[in-house]
This record gives sequence, C-alpha cells and structure tokens, in this order.
Amino acid sequence: MNPFSSGTRLSDMIRAIRASKTAAEERAVVRKECAAIRASINENDQDYRHRDLAKLMFIHMLGYPTHFGQMECLKLIASPGFPEKRIGYLGLMLLLDERQEVLMLVTNSLKQDLNHTNQYIVGLALCALGNICSAEMARDLAPEVERLLQFRDPNIRKKAALCAIRIIRKVPDLSENFINPGAALLKEKHHGVLITGVHLCTEICNVSSEALEYFRKKCTEGLVKTLRDIANSPYSPEYDVAGIMDPFLHIRLLRLLRVLGQGDADASDCMNDILAQVASKTESNKNAGNAILYECVQTIMSIEENGGLRVLAINILGKFLSNRDNNIRYVALNMLMRALTVDSQAVQRHRATILECVKDSDASIQKRALELIYLLVNENNVKPLAKELIEYLEVSEQDFKGDLAAKICSIVEKFAPEKIWYIDQMLKVLSEAGTYVKEDVWHALIVVITNAPHLHGYTVRALYRALHTSCEQETLVRVAIWCIGEYADLLVNNSGMLDLEDPITVTESDAVDVIEIAIKHHTSDVTTKAMALIALLKISSRFPSCSERVKSIIGQNKGSFVLELQQRSMEFSSVIQKHQNIRSTLLERMPVLDEATFSGRRAGSLPPSVSNSGKSSLSIPNGVAKAAAAPLVDLLDLSSDDTPASTSSGDNFLQDLLGVDITQPSARPGMQPSQAGADILLDLLSIGTPSPVQNGSTNGDLLSMQDSNDPIASMDTIASTSPTAPSSMMDLLDGFSPTPPKNEDKGPAYPSIVAFESSSLKIEFNFTKQPGNPQTTDIVANFTNLSPNVYTDFLFQAAVPKFLQLHLDPASSNSLPANGSIKQTMRVTNSQQGKKPIVMRMRVGYKINGKDVLEEGQINNFPRGL
Amino acid sequence: MTCLIMLASGIHFVLLVSRQGKVRLTKWYSPYAQKERSKVIRELSGVILNRGPKLCNFVEWRGYKVVYKRYASLYFCMCIDQEDNELEVLEIIHHYVEILDRYFGSVCELDLIFNFHKAYYILDELLIAGELQESSKKTVARIISAQDQLVEVAKEEASSISNIIAQATK
Repeated sequence: MNPFSSGTRLSDMIRAIRASKTAAEERAVVRKECAAIRASINENDQDYRHRDLAKLMFIHMLGYPTHFGQMECLKLIASPGFPEKRIGYLGLMLLLDERQEVLMLVTNSLKQDLNHTNQYIVGLALCALGNICSAEMARDLAPEVERLLQFRDPNIRKKAALCAIRIIRKVPDLSENFINPGAALLKEKHHGVLITGVHLCTEICNVSSEALEYFRKKCTEGLVKTLRDIANSPYSPEYDVAGIMDPFLHIRLLRLLRVLGQGDADASDCMNDILAQVASKTESNKNAGNAILYECVQTIMSIEENGGLRVLAINILGKFLSNRDNNIRYVALNMLMRALTVDSQAVQRHRATILECVKDSDASIQKRALELIYLLVNENNVKPLAKELIEYLEVSEQDFKGDLAAKICSIVEKFAPEKIWYIDQMLKVLSEAGTYVKEDVWHALIVVITNAPHLHGYTVRALYRALHTSCEQETLVRVAIWCIGEYADLLVNNSGMLDLEDPITVTESDAVDVIEIAIKHHTSDVTTKAMALIALLKISSRFPSCSERVKSIIGQNKGSFVLELQQRSMEFSSVIQKHQNIRSTLLERMPVLDEATFSGRRAGSLPPSVSNSGKSSLSIPNGVAKAAAAPLVDLLDLSSDDTPASTSSGDNFLQDLLGVDITQPSARPGMQPSQAGADILLDLLSIGTPSPVQNGSTNGDLLSMQDSNDPIASMDTIASTSPTAPSSMMDLLDGFSPTPPKNEDKGPAYPSIVAFESSSLKIEFNFTKQPGNPQTTDIVANFTNLSPNVYTDFLFQAAVPKFLQLHLDPASSNSLPANGSIKQTMRVTNSQQGKKPIVMRMRVGYKINGKDVLEEGQINNFPRGL
Repeated sequence: MTCLIMLASGIHFVLLVSRQGKVRLTKWYSPYAQKERSKVIRELSGVILNRGPKLCNFVEWRGYKVVYKRYASLYFCMCIDQEDNELEVLEIIHHYVEILDRYFGSVCELDLIFNFHKAYYILDELLIAGELQESSKKTVARIISAQDQLVEVAKEEASSISNIIAQATK
C-alpha cells in the first residue's frame, strides 16, 4: 500500500492546514497532500479514492489547482456503491463546470443512475444533472427526466421538475415535452413537488406562448384555489415561517399567476379576489410576510388593470418606504421604479421620501433612490430637485459623487428651462465634482455656452470666480480655460453685465495669472495644459500688452517631454514672434459650435439613455440659428464684400456659365508668375485652355461636355477642335515622362471625398476636370439620407471665397426618400488654381414631417490641386 | 416562441465566507470559469465584509444583486438577478441555516469546516439549478439522514467483509 495515502485522514489534513501560521506553511502542507493524492491516483488505489477526493475538494476551496482529480470523480461515479457515488457527484459539481469536456464522459453514467433501482442514487444523478447540465446533456437525458416526473416518490419528482427547468433553460425547444407532466404536478399536495412544479410551469410559459395559452385556460382557476387554500390553511409546524404558511409556495404561486394574468383580462379577473386577500391579510411585521407582499405587489402591477388593487399595492409600497428596516425600504424603491410605468402620479407623491433615501447612509439604498429620482424628474420639478441634489453633492461620500454628478448633469441638460440656469447648475456641479464629470458632458456645456452670446460675459466671469475656489476640479479648469481664452476681453471689461451679477475687477494680467496657475498646477493633465496653451495664445492677441509674458509662459513648455505640448509651445511661440500680421485673424473667436452636429455625434456614440438627454439639449430655447450664421461667414474671407461669390441655382445658370468665360481671361494673368517646379505640368496643360473656352462660347457644347462627364470623350472634343494643342503639349512633356498620354489621363482623376456627414445626412463629392481647363472642376454631389424619414424641400446652398466661382445646377429631385440619395452637379472655377485649394461653406435645409432642419458645414478636404 | 416576461433565472451562486475572508462553501449554478470564480469571490468578499452592521442585506454588483446575511462569524451570500425577490432569498438563506443548525446541533463555523461535504449535501437537498426544491425542514432532514444511513450500512458491510477476509486468510 502507498505509504502516503494511508497517512492522513481528511480531518487531520484540515487540522494541519488550519495549524499553519503562514501562507508558506499552508502551501507546504497542501503540496505534500497533493503529492500523496497524485501518487494514490497513479496506483489506482480504490480504498482511499473517496477520501482523496474529499481532501481535494477542501484544497480546491482554498483556491489551489485540483484539475488532476477530475477523472477520480468519474471513477467514483462509475463505482457501484452509494457512498462512492455520493462523493463522486459532489466532486463533479464542485471541481468541474459545464464547459469542461470531461463532462461529456459522465453522460452515460448519469443515464444509468437515472434508471437505478435505488431512489437515492437516482436523486444524486438528478441533482448533478440539474446543477451542471449542458445543452448536449439536456438533449440526451430529457426523456429520462420526463419519465422521472411521474416517479412514485415525491422527492424524486421534485428533483426531476428542477432538472426540467435547467433543461429548458439550456434548450428551450424541449419545453414542449414537459407541458403535460408539468401541468400534472400542479395538482400535487406535497409542497416540495408543488413548489417545483409551479416553477417548472412558469419557466415553460416563459419560453412558449402556446404553453402559456394552455396553462392560462386549464390551470388558472386551479392555481387560484391552491393559493387560497394555502393562504387560509391553519398552522402547520412543518411549513410555518414566522406565523406564515409556507411563504416559498406563496411566492411561487403568485409568480405563476403573474405570468398567466399579464395581458389577459379574464385570467386577471379570476385572480383579483385572492390577490386582494393576500395583499390585505398578510402579516407585515416579519420578513417572510413582507416577501409575500412584495411578490404580490409585483403581480398586481403586472396583470391587467384593476384600480382598487393598484391602490392597495401602491399603499403597501408607501408603507414599505416608511419602514425602519433598510431591506424593506430597499425593495420599496426597487418596486416603485417598476410601478412608475403603471402609475407615475402615485410614485410622484413619495418624491420627498425618496429624496431622503438618496441621502441615506446605506450605499445600496442611495443608489436605488438616485435611479428612481432620476426617473421622476420632469420640467415642473427639475429646479427644486436639482437644487436638493446639488446641495447633497457637496456633502456626499466620494464613492457616490461620480454617480450623483452624472445624474445631475443629465437631468439638468434634459429639462433646463433656460440656458442661464443650465450654465449655473453645470458650474456648480463642476465646482463640486468636476473630477467625476465625463468628457461629453463638459463638451456639451461648451457648445451651449458658445450658442448663448448674451451670456458669454456672465459665464466667463462666473468661471473666473469658481476657478479661485475649486482649482482642483479638472473639468472646471478646462471649461474655464477655454472660456477665458475665447472671451478674455469680456472678462476684463465687464461687458454684457447681467443685473444679477456683482461687478468684479479683473485686469489683463489677472486673466493670464489664472491660466498660468492652471498650466503649472500639479493636477493638470496633458489635455488641460494643451488647452491652456491655446488660451494663452488667444489672450496674446486680445491683450497685446501681455504678449511678452504669454510668450515666456508658452516658451517654458518648449522642453516638455510630451510631444503635443512641445509642438504647441514651439509653434505658438513662432506665431507670437514672427507672424504678428496674421495673428489677429488666426486667433479670432471660435465660430459658434453647431449644437445639432454635436448632439447628433454624441447620440451616435452613446447608449440610448444618455443620447436622449443629448438630443434634448437641443431644445433649449434660444435664438441659436440667427446667431450662428454671422460668425460662420467671418471664417471665410467672404465678408469683405457683402455679395457671396456665387450661390446661384437653376434659373440663371446660363449667365453664370457666361460669367465663367468672362472672368477666365482676367484670371489667367494671375497664373503667369508661377511657372516653377511642380506647377509646370499644370501650366503646360493650361496652354490648352483657350481652345475649349473658345468652344465654350457656344453654350450647347459646354453643356454636352458636362453631361457626358467622360474625360475620354471630352478629350476627343479637344483633340478634334484644336489638334495643335495636344501635340505641342506632348513635345514639351517629352523631357519629363516617356508616356505623356497616361499623364493626361491621370490629370482629371481625383479621389472622391465625403464632404459632410452628420447622423442624418451624408454628402459625397465626385470630381472631374475638364481636360485643357484645369481651373474648372465639375463636381457631382451625392446626397444620401441616413435616416428612416423622408426629407422634403431639400435645398443645398454653397458659398465660396472670391477667388473661386461657383455654379450650381438644380438637384435631381428636391425630396430625399428614406435611405435614398439624389445628385446635384456644380462647377467650380479656381482662379488661383495650384496656389489655393478650394474651400466651400455649405448649408443644407430640408423638412422632416414639416419640421425645418438646417445643417451647415465647411468643406476643406478637397483634393489638392483642384 | 416568444419571450414574454424577463423572468429571473434563479440563484447564480452560493457563497459562504468567514469574517476573515476564508471561503467555506461555494456552489455555482451558472457557468463561471474557475479563474473567474476566484475573482468573483475576492471581489465580493471585499465588498460584503466591509459593509457596516445596520445596512441593508443587498449589494448591487455587476448588474446582479447579492443577498447576504451574517450568522456569527459566517456570511451567507446568494447572487440573484435584478428582478428576483430579495426578501425571499433572505428567507432561503435562513431556511438553510436552520436546517444546518438542526443537523449539527447549534452549528458553528468549525462544523462547516470539518464537515464541509455535509454542508454541501444539505444544500443539494435544498437547491437544484439555483431553485428551491423543498420548503420543509423536516423533509430535508429525513432525506439526509436516510442517505447517511446508507453510507453507514455500506461502511459496516465493508468492515465485516474485510474481517471475514482477514479471518479466512489467517
């Protein structure tokens, strides 16, 4: 016999492990035991196999690896005696999980044991099957389980019922087989069988609507009777829990009735009386009674409307909410959340109590209450609720601040009645819990600020004040830095003062001070520092007197190890030092950020609950659209003269076509100086231009060229009309490349671009160049509707700087079907071709269900050289 | 086939941890890989052992709820879905403790350490597939003692057989 395995008994090993004073000592004991067990396994020692497995299970619980014992479980299960099987099955459930392949090997033993003559062995097999059964085992052994549902001993029937539940969860299709035997179990008297039988039927109803219909018809009345009998039965010590007859059975019955009553008025009607009895008669001074009441309330809330019962249920929850037991209050909050969809008025009545629960000392209750309050907020109560929550934010635990701040931001965004209130609340949250506020939230704040021009001064001054008290709150610092950079002038000269403000005196150098503090503060991260650098640069342009100081602060980051900061520092320094002339135009105030674009983008990247709030930030009433237009135009140097270069459509396109021709000669001289290096090819091509232009004086030809859109075809026209031009070109090009025709082909080929894309609309541009006329580009715009709505009155407008000329053809249609697209052709002539790229400002207007939508954007990703 | 109501899928796992954070029993009804199991145990015992005495018995964790109750030096924890009845699970825990108490005769942590397999056997008579199978403490006690009896008989047989063999080979 093995010298080790005969050694220690299970209790000796446990004692030895418990006696170890250090982890190392414990490991040594375990290592020794494991070695002995392995040796014993290798010898195939049958006498001690079950003791070894017991030891392994203990070792397993301590967290040591025990995979080498897995096969021992199978051997024990395969042995004939009950004690071996008992420990074998226990080991199987403990050491293995359903994903291990070893489990496949046990299916056969299970099948044999399910058919064993000893009912306790059948019980062991059922228990193991119920706990670790996989889908494959479920399919193999379902017939055995089905048969055992009719076994003579009730203790086997109840186990088989639970096994059936596991089987249905793994393979829902098998539920059909259990409908009839399941229904039979509902007539049982044995509580164990009844509990498991009711549960099995609930589970079947959950996966099969036919079964649900069947049980509803055949069993509702019987179940109501069973519940009545249980509720009215006299004291029985075997099932009594705190004076209540079998609460577990109560709960299971209520749960099945809930499933049967939901969506069916007749069934709901049938159970009204018994539900009313349970709801009103059950003792609520002990947990068992409350567990039943809780389940009963859920059932009342789920089944078809009965006013009286609902009132009863809401009253129970009200009582729960004022209970001193934390558990009861917790489930009340939980249940009120679900009751909200049924009767939100009734839940609103408890608002004050729920708000108190947000301030509870118990984190679980706090969390539940906060979720509930969040759902209770509406336009009417947002102000007092937000005030309460923000006040609590100041004193709440650190762990809770993140959740709380996120919820406050969300409700403030969603229901803010006016912008100033929104900005005020956000500043409070940022000052208290700025570290916990997520990126998109403070981005949204900045978008709203830019869209409220009359509040710019107020906001920047408020942020300036807040910065002095809460300089540790990262996101507050960021928003403040951004606003000071943009609106520094408003900060210093107190302009746009609102009546409610206290005047403050801020000098230009004070403004620089706060940014300098932020950039040097130890808590500031790269993003904050980078933002601070930009703010400083902007200030240098607003306050020339601070320029030198700003330069030195920016210069301090030239040696930063972070590439981003180093590069910004270098480049900004040179802007201040060497490019005084462009500085003021370069550093103009940011254009108003487009709320629609931002919230659309946000909605796309965030889960639905948050995106809701993102969208609704749009609804903040203000004259946004008007304010937006003006600064946007400033971006392009169009505003110097008031007439936009060209925003024509349809009617006057002939004039425009002529306009193109007229202006071309005057533009061409501007090309002459640039005859160097890379431009040479383009210039060579421009030699060819006169001929098509001459052709172009007859409008018909030009249009036909445009229509064909085929570079080869248009090449032909050039070749035919001015045969000299191409040949001279080739001669000149000879020196550069051996195959000039290829070069010519490449000339007109430009990659198409996505000019604009929002959550609802995508615009793509395809380019073709007319050969021989490099200044002119034909653009086919392709508008794609990305939403499921139809857009009507679709109008695309574009504006270009003076050096460009634009002609727009009418679009192929003015309505855009859902997910469909339309085309529109336009022609751009670039008088500075080769020197300046095309830029374009565009605006798209359309209606969705009669509601106007406006989208704007600047397109500056045109391919080079157009 | 339609899914009508999101029904809870019972108890996902049962966990017994001592106040010192030692695991005394674990039972997994939902598939958790071995590695994940130890992570879950570590995470949860950290949360539960640190909660104050007067707080509620529920902890929200990874989208689930863990219902726990302390008996002397042991914490009994059961993990359920959001939709489940927490109060009922508290009753199930108490039910289990009462059965253990009857079986061992005022049970203490040491009983559960040295007879951990017995604690498992009793749990297996109470729960299968994470669902309750018996509400009568008496029935559970009877089934357990019947099975213990079977083991005793088998042991006696084995020893008598080995005696016979020993005598025969003398």
